[in-house]
Amino acid sequence: MEETKKKEQQGSTHKIGIYLWIWGLLFVLSFFSYMVDWYQFQGMLRWSLILFFMFLKAGLIMAFFMHLFWERYALVNVLLWPMTAIACFIVLMAAEGQYTLFSRLFYFFVGGGQ
Amino acid sequence: MSEQKIVDYEYKPGFKGMAHDTGSDQTMFKGVHWGKAMMWIFLLSDTFVFSCFLISYMKGRASTPVEWPNPSEVFALDAFGVPVPLLLIALMTFVLITSSGTMALAVKYGYEKNKKMCGWLVLATALGGLIFVGMQAYEWSKLIHEGVRPWENPFGAAQFGSFFFMITGFHGTHVSIGVIFLFIYAYKVFAGHYENGGKRGWFTTMRGDYVEIEILGLYWHFVDLVWVFIFAFFYLW
Repeated sequence: MEETKKKEQQGSTHKIGIYLWIWGLLFVLSFFSYMVDWYQFQGMLRWSLILFFMFLKAGLIMAFFMHLFWERYALVNVLLWPMTAIACFIVLMAAEGQYTLFSRLFYFFVGGGQ
Repeated sequence: MSEQKIVDYEYKPGFKGMAHDTGSDQTMFKGVHWGKAMMWIFLLSDTFVFSCFLISYMKGRASTPVEWPNPSEVFALDAFGVPVPLLLIALMTFVLITSSGTMALAVKYGYEKNKKMCGWLVLATALGGLIFVGMQAYEWSKLIHEGVRPWENPFGAAQFGSFFFMITGFHGTHVSIGVIFLFIYAYKVFAGHYENGGKRGWFTTMRGDYVEIEILGLYWHFVDLVWVFIFAFFYLW
């Protein structure tokens, strides 16, 4: 009786293999994203590869190292839904950046509407 | 991970559990250690801070008509007389991921009440963080010697310096604070503050528990997580 009680209090731990696998994967993915720069890929290929490796690494760290994969949904949702606000902010500021660039080129270099 | 038993409350997995959690009385996340929930809330707010930095960097870079410095040339390092692009940054990434892995294992051994392994792994994590901060100090001094300032630099758009120092500096501050806490907690683990029901803390009457190592681990993994984004957007883009 005492024994089972103790075991319950300890909380579940995960096998060491899963951590080592994720660890190894992170090294491999970092190596690949470094290779993107090494081989000087350009244009859409470069950006999509950078983003792909970045999100994969971030996802692995959050899901397994930070235990979000095993966490209750309430916590996961509280953490991930605010990210949509950041996504909106990125879109807004990307549009704003384009507009600023256009204004600078139009008024400082082209000479405005004269 | 370390769910405590609460009388008359049964944790349900999946979306049903989520509905129970959000609709429960008095507190949400029942059974989750308060420190862990608070650390997650802090990390969420920190995510917003770092997002604002990176978004302002995106906006600044997108809106300048002057050419942006090529990061793979600016951050190149001479190895045996040959300039290798991003060599130092690759090493920093390697060190930080290594320390993240040791931290994850420290959390695991902490929950298994393996004091020695947990302590050594936390110490290894602290050393990894220390090496990272040292490399960053080297990187900063090298760039400052080359004439990079927050208001000008010899490579291209003037905004480059201010974004670089602000973003990597804020991240480096996080790493430094993490290293300090890692050393403190390595001491606490070795001193047995989490053994035999736990020792009371310095500023609190609450008893220590190995869940504190997981909370520390959350912070450390977050620092690594932020580096993943900085590496992608600042150094590779």
